[in-house]
Amino acid sequence: MIHGDPIIARIRESRPLSPTLKRLVLEPADGAPLPPAAPGAHVTLRLKSAGRAWNNAYSLVSEPGRRDRYEIIVRRVHASRGGSAHIHDTLAPGDLIDLSAPINLFPPAASARRHLLIGGGVGVTPLMSFPPLLRALRAPFELHQVCSAAERGVFEALLSPHGPDVHIHVGRGAIDLPGILERQPLGTHVFVCGPEALMEAVTGAAAAAGWPASSVHQESFAAASGAPFTAVLARSGRRIAVAGNQSLLEALEAAGVDAPSLCRGGACGECMIGVLDGAPDHRDHYLSGPERAGGALIMTCVSRARTPALVLDL
Amino acid sequence: MTIAFKPLETFRDDFSFSNSDEAILRFPFPFPEDRYRYTVNTEPHVRAGPSPAYHQVFDIDEHYIAEHRERALVLERDPGRCQVLPHMMAAQWDTLELIMEALALDYPALFTLDREGEAWRWINRPLNIDQAFVFGRPETLPCPPFEYITRQAQGDFTLQDQREGTLFMDGGMVTTQADWSLAFDLGMTFHEWHGPVPLAHELGVFDRALQYLLRLQLGHPVRRLNWTMTVHPRLDTSPELYPVWGPDRASMNAGNVGRTLNLRVELQTLFRLPRSNAILFGIRAYLISLEELSRVTKWRKRLHRVLRDLDPVLVEYKGLARYRSLAVDWLAPGDDGAPLSRGVGPDQDRV
Repeated sequence: MIHGDPIIARIRESRPLSPTLKRLVLEPADGAPLPPAAPGAHVTLRLKSAGRAWNNAYSLVSEPGRRDRYEIIVRRVHASRGGSAHIHDTLAPGDLIDLSAPINLFPPAASARRHLLIGGGVGVTPLMSFPPLLRALRAPFELHQVCSAAERGVFEALLSPHGPDVHIHVGRGAIDLPGILERQPLGTHVFVCGPEALMEAVTGAAAAAGWPASSVHQESFAAASGAPFTAVLARSGRRIAVAGNQSLLEALEAAGVDAPSLCRGGACGECMIGVLDGAPDHRDHYLSGPERAGGALIMTCVSRARTPALVLDL
Repeated sequence: MTIAFKPLETFRDDFSFSNSDEAILRFPFPFPEDRYRYTVNTEPHVRAGPSPAYHQVFDIDEHYIAEHRERALVLERDPGRCQVLPHMMAAQWDTLELIMEALALDYPALFTLDREGEAWRWINRPLNIDQAFVFGRPETLPCPPFEYITRQAQGDFTLQDQREGTLFMDGGMVTTQADWSLAFDLGMTFHEWHGPVPLAHELGVFDRALQYLLRLQLGHPVRRLNWTMTVHPRLDTSPELYPVWGPDRASMNAGNVGRTLNLRVELQTLFRLPRSNAILFGIRAYLISLEELSRVTKWRKRLHRVLRDLDPVLVEYKGLARYRSLAVDWLAPGDDGAPLSRGVGPDQDRV
């Protein structure tokens, strides 16, 4: 179907799960059915407030295929770029917000004989819609969640309805990643989403245990914050300041530059732009090792600069 | 919108298929320039474009009922023209939902979809179908959901599963094809099934097209055109039936080429499917004889130039070698060499 873009949704519920986590229930403003979404899908919320605008991507945690509502969980980011604080502090039931149609860069693997799901903190959200589908298909899975002691209760409440194959680990030291990966049967696919260090630990342990790269799936929505720098657009000579709490993509968008983007998490490659001068600080999962080392390409949604300025082929 | 269906026309035996004046003017002519070259000519499938054929999600035209019967005849002889691998059941339901929703929205006088939760009722007036079923329950339909709905659609469809950084052709309904076989391609990757295409691999066309398709988004379908030529208005030019249609290519002469040779254009559409994350690829074939096409002055002149100057490698690949010069000679007297407007529009309101 050719959807209207954006989708306009009304906030039906906004319920705190913890001091920093809030669950939002969104329903279609016009009552027409929403596009169905598969496990792993996210939507981009287009938020506006007092002259500022944010495009924030959130995984759908609602039951897959539901067309009457979408649910998301939003963590208030400490060094917030503003979007999550806006959601926590300003948005209230009844408010209207613009959404993209669901985008899925993290779907279950139809050919997997078993799904191993590993989440870290609120990074577990894209994995939360997997168990309902896997259970309906009678496909074997196990889910491991790593979290802080303070949030143990929150994640237990969120995940325990998914059955006995859910395990909560308090702190990274409490999970034996090499052991878990080594005892999986052949044909298992692992899906990990969480802090960078957790994802590196899982992908590293999988590689060490001889897992094929095609059986390892990861997704991150890590905040792209860091030291401020200047983006120079080679074709126009424009200089755009990228603040410390803002991604390069956001700075380009705020300056009215028509920059490509899709996943906003460094995974899909859509936002790739050529770098003519300066050294990129690569934080994506798309570029190959040689491409990173070459320094001629950058994913604007997550990557930053090691030099005070980056000259972009734009 | 009323469509005057032509339920009795045929695509075999006596080949009674023809295009009305209206169908000629809405033909999706594929050549914006006098010279044809390969490009990644993909654009958003939005409700706009130089022919009304582009303005619906799935175009229904005067040949709908006749094409439905032709498909049923092909499937009766060879049920293997419709195959879907077992892991694609979610994509089957996605396809059924997409096509039913789109037809009911675009042609409310012809199709109706009533939904009460999972209890659905589908009414297809041109084909006299009134089917109640439960969405997600295959046993409530007379045949599997993908076959059920694509039997009621015009054009071929394939299902692509996305995994391991590429697309796999893991299902399809293919009865109106330009000399390729679903039974042969089933389970292949994107680069494998495009293997026989000349020139484009070296240009990197398929690498770029694959990257584009892997990021195809729900609700934002895309389209492109492809073309070849077919002797007689025959929809089923499959490798399986080559002994039936292959000899036709030697049957043409200066006296019959205008009547029997058809330009065959495929309006190809690509949709991301929501539950399966698969891609539905629609390949809708439109046929027009040289005589019919020549009633549009610009198209007659442009087709002459394109065929005359076509790269010999493409002449061979598209199977035009035996009759291209006959077609060029037939079209040449109608081309005065005057410059033509860019674009594909007919530049006239009637024929």
